[in-house]
Formats: sequence, structure tokens, C-alpha cells
Amino acid sequence: MSQASAAKDIAFLKEQANAVRIEILKMLAEAGSGHTGGSLSAADMATALYFSKMRHNPKDPAWKERDRFILSKGHAAPLLYTVLALSGYFDKSLLKTLRKIGSPLQGHPCSKLLPGVEISTGSLGQGLSIANGIAMGLKMGGMNSRVYCLLGDGETQEGQVWEAAMTAAHYRLDNVCAIIDNNGLQIDGPCCDVMALEPITEKWDAFGWHVIDIDGHNMKAIIGALNEAEGIKGKPTMIVARTVKGKGVSFFEGKVQYHGVTPTQEELKKALEELGENGK
Amino acid sequence: MGSREKKSGVRSQESGVKTPNSGLSTQNLNPTTTPLTKGGKGGFVATRDAYGDALLELGKKRKEVVVLDADLSGSTKTAKFAKVFPERFFNIGISEQDLIGTASGLSLTGKLPFASTFAVFETGRAWEQIRQTISYSSLNVKLVATHSGITVAEDGASHQAIEDITLMRVLPNMTVIVPADGIETKQVIEAIADFYGPVYVRLGRSKVPVVMPDAYKFTIGKAYKFHVGKDANIIAAGIMVSVSLDAMEMLKKEGIDAGVINMPTVKPLDNDTVVEAARASGLIVTAEEHSVIGGLGGAVCEFLAENYPVPVKRIGIKDTFGCSGPSDELMKLYGLTAEDIVRTVKEGLKK
Ligand SMILES: Cc1ncc(C[n+]2csc(CCOP(=O)(O)OP(=O)(O)O)c2C)c(N)n1
Ligand SMILES: [Mg+2]
Repeated sequence: MSQASAAKDIAFLKEQANAVRIEILKMLAEAGSGHTGGSLSAADMATALYFSKMRHNPKDPAWKERDRFILSKGHAAPLLYTVLALSGYFDKSLLKTLRKIGSPLQGHPCSKLLPGVEISTGSLGQGLSIANGIAMGLKMGGMNSRVYCLLGDGETQEGQVWEAAMTAAHYRLDNVCAIIDNNGLQIDGPCCDVMALEPITEKWDAFGWHVIDIDGHNMKAIIGALNEAEGIKGKPTMIVARTVKGKGVSFFEGKVQYHGVTPTQEELKKALEELGENGK
Repeated sequence: MGSREKKSGVRSQESGVKTPNSGLSTQNLNPTTTPLTKGGKGGFVATRDAYGDALLELGKKRKEVVVLDADLSGSTKTAKFAKVFPERFFNIGISEQDLIGTASGLSLTGKLPFASTFAVFETGRAWEQIRQTISYSSLNVKLVATHSGITVAEDGASHQAIEDITLMRVLPNMTVIVPADGIETKQVIEAIADFYGPVYVRLGRSKVPVVMPDAYKFTIGKAYKFHVGKDANIIAAGIMVSVSLDAMEMLKKEGIDAGVINMPTVKPLDNDTVVEAARASGLIVTAEEHSVIGGLGGAVCEFLAENYPVPVKRIGIKDTFGCSGPSDELMKLYGLTAEDIVRTVKEGLKK
């Protein structure tokens, strides 16, 4: 890719991430419950994956050669639903049904109800093991598809994450690329107060992973890291994305209380203004 | 038991009207206990809120009480204890298996640990840790989980524990308690602190009607008879007690004498009361916000089949997962309303 077209790509992705945030906020305000902070903090990464990096086909969600995305932090369902809708997996109007009776958009993603969701999640700590299994199966089948897995930083307190960390390194799953949404917050407070995680990069490095430490809101850095991961052979890659919970809405940013609280109509209006969407 | 007119005094509490409990049968009451000052005055209380208050009180009285949580202390209400007794509170982070193991270790040093998180994660994620460490060695650990059942609502199936009673009931040495309301929850927390051994307590997220009388005294293994009916008896636990009381009133209007028995201790079951109810009516209906497989309904069926066979109908979630939606709509969708109980009782009586 030429430098000019790469820059254009980045500009497009930034705009797209903004559109993703707008839809997330609208759907959460409509639903009246759901996870705001962690959906917004990971929006740039998910946007980069769905609108640039991943090979996938919204018209054929089960396409064998697709790259896979596992949302291990299942509570960021609004983010997953938004990137799926904006990619064309289903009509955007469905986003309004989030968390309502009969909707395929469950509070946490359900693969049985919604094509495009690889696997149901919501119980933290399980996604990376599943990603590893898929990666092994793909390798066995001679496929070169890649498997992406998004984890919360608090989520990595689950022991299973570290069991999976060993498995991926042991089996040299270089088709696995995990991302930690390192927003520094969980439910009961900052991760460092609840159950300290640092040093994060050193831990993954010690577990045999290729580790890339980036600003998780810098689109160029995100794309750069995803590209770098693709070139790494014999090891899985962990992208530690330093993010801000609630990113994009000034009054949600870095606030622990907006983990599972949705915007009021008034907050929605202000938030949309900040994101440059004025009653469109 | 007192007349059924008197029972209606219980129901009026639900409408938020202040009613002294003088109208209640005192048969199951222990007159030596001081009546609870809070609750019983009508209105709605979430059992998790009652837990938070009870735990704080217990912490003041007993220095050996320690509390552990897994990043949900605001939701489980253990945060109340944590605020007052930070040195006796341990947030283990998002790691339920570690939560259970750490609580076990604390109990081995003579502490009295209460370990809390959502019911799905407490009983599901850490089941084998509970089995191997707590149940097998019969440790004095209190597992108090909140957010059980489908009334977790919008979070959906991943967060709705509908199999936790079964999972805990199958474990040897384990006592399983499902409080009906805030009053009972407070009583249960006090009672299990005085009881040596592993206990699982199942609490909810949503506010539920206060149904137990002020002076009610919970005893492990003892049911509370609101009324023993001649036509049918509904054995219920948790939030289904209040729903069953509504059903009882509706059936009464149709001339059907249905009783309601609150069975807070699912294990060990109050066998005598189950037989009494079966003998009095010949039809038993169980009601729980849980799978019909292996919970209260399962326990009652197992006991009656071997000891006093009578027809039983089970109200509960019929071998399926929950889903996202508002609590009241989910209760309808999964057949857990008073109307569902009324219909089930009538069906049972037809045969
Ligand atoms: C096994 C399990 N335990 C607890 C929860 C409840 N829970 C949901 S989100 C969350 C905090 C997650 O924090 P983090 O992983 O940092 O996510 P983020 O900050 O990105 O929202 C918790 C404890 C859960 N969903 N699964
Ligand atoms: Mg976080």
C-alpha cells in the first residue's frame, strides 16, 4: 500500500470508529441497560479489525476462509453488534432491539441467535482458550485464517486466561492475535486497587508471547500492530492496547461508574454532539 | 393454622400498605425472638440488599467474619461490609476459583468466610473447587451468591443461574438455602453464622415483596406453612413464595383450597412438612425460579416418590436457557406467574 492510500485508510477508519461509537451510544440509551465504558474503549480496535484487517464476508458469515474474532469480554456486546451491523451482517435497525425480549441481540453475545457471532460469551476468561482451539483446527485444516481475541484487562485475572496463554505459546499458535483492552478499570474500581495486573507486557513476554504495547486509540498504531503480528512466526501475539474506558465521550472517560451504566437521553444528546453527530 | 382470611394480611404488605402481622398464623413463630424492626412493613426489598445489611451487622458482632468477593462487591452488596471493615474484606478480582480456594484457606485458620459473587460464576465456574475443597472436607465456608434466576433480566442467559440449586444440592455436606424475602435473608445470614459447615445461599437481584412476618424465626431445615390446603399444596422457594401466595388467593376465589409452604431450606428438605402437605391435599405443586431439573421440585419429587407417592407438578424453567428482557416479562415467558400456578393446580386437580 502506498503511503498516501495508507493515510487515507487511517482517516477512513477513524471516521468509522466515530460512527461505531455513535451507534453504541444510541443503542445503549435505547436499551436502558448494558455496558458503555468497555464498549467505547475497544471501539478503535474492533473497527480496525472489521473494516480493514480481517478477511470476512458479511453475506456469508460461515465462510470457511474467514478470519475469526472472539469477543472474550462479552459484555462489550454493543460494540460487536455495531461493527457487525455496519459491516452488513444485518440491518442497522436491529440495533434498537438490544436486550429486548425476542431479540437476537442478547445482553451478551449468543452465537446461536446471531450469525457473525463466532461463539457465545459473557462469562469472562474463556475466550482465549476457544481462540486457541479454533487456531489449532485451522492449522490442522491447512487454512491460513487468523484468530483475533479481545480481552478486558480485568478479565485477565481469570486463571483460565493464563492457562490459555501457555497453550498458545506451547503449540506455537502464530495465527492467534490477542488484544487486551487495557483501560485500567474493572467493576469495583481501578484494576491496580482490585487485583494488580502490572507488569502486563512482561507477564505475556514471560509466557512466550510476542508482545506489542500500543496506544489503543491510535489507529495507525493499531493497524501497525496487527500487521506486525501477522509477520510473527512460531509465537502468538499479544497487543496490549492502552486505552481509556468510555473513550470518545468526555464525561464517561476514565470513570469506573460508567462500566455498566447507559447514557440518559440528556447524556446521549451531549455525547452525540461531542462525536459530531447533531440530530442526524 | 389460622383461617385463610387472616392470610390476606400477608398479601396486603405487597401493596406497600403497612400492616402489623397480627393477622398471621403464629404456629411457626418462635415467640422468644425479638421481632425484626425492619421489613415486614410491606414494600419490596431485594434479598441482596438484606444480605448487605445482615453481613454488616454480623461483622460488628463477630470478629472472625471475613468477606470475599470477585469484583462484584457493589452488586452483591458486600461493599457495605468492606467499607466498615476493610481489613476483613478481600477482593480477589475476577477469579472465582481463586475466591473459593482463598475462602477455604481462611476457614482453615478459624475465620468465618462469606464468599460472594453472581450465582452463575460462584456455583458454575468454581464448582469443582467447591466440591473438592469445601464440600469434601466439610469446611465452614458460607457461599452467598446473588443474581440468581432469570430476574437478572437484561444481562441474559450467560448471567442467569437456573441450575445453581441443583449444582449445590448434589454435593454431600452442603446445606442449600433459598430465602423468600428480605426478612428471611437476614434471618438466614444469622442462622448460618451459628451453624458449622458449608452452606449455599441463593439470593436475587430484583426487589421482591416482603412476605414473611416480622417475628418469623428461620431455622435451617424447617419450612414455613402459610397455609396447608385441602385441595392442593404449593411448595415454593425464593421469589416464587410471593407468587404462590398470589395464586393461593386467586384459587380461593374459585373455591379451591390451595396451601402455600415456604421451603427455604432445599437441603436438608423438611420431609415432615412435605408429607404433611401431601397427606392433607394429595396434590403437590412445586414452584421455583430455577430449572425444574434437580432443584426444589426435584428434591420434593425424589422424597415423595420413595416415601409418600402423590401427584406432583413442577413449576420452573423447563430445561431451557433464559434470555434478555425485563424481569416481569421473563416471568411470564417462562411460566412463573400466579396465573401459571393457578392453571397448573387446576390441571392437577382434574386428573
Ligand atoms: C466469570 C465472570 N465473572 C464476573 C463477571 C462479571 N463482570 C462483567 S464485566 C466485569 C469487569 C470486567 O472488567 P474488564 O475485563 O477490565 O472489562 P472492561 O474494563 O473492558 O469493561 C465483571 C467482573 C463475568 N461477566 N464473568
Ligand atoms: Mg478494564
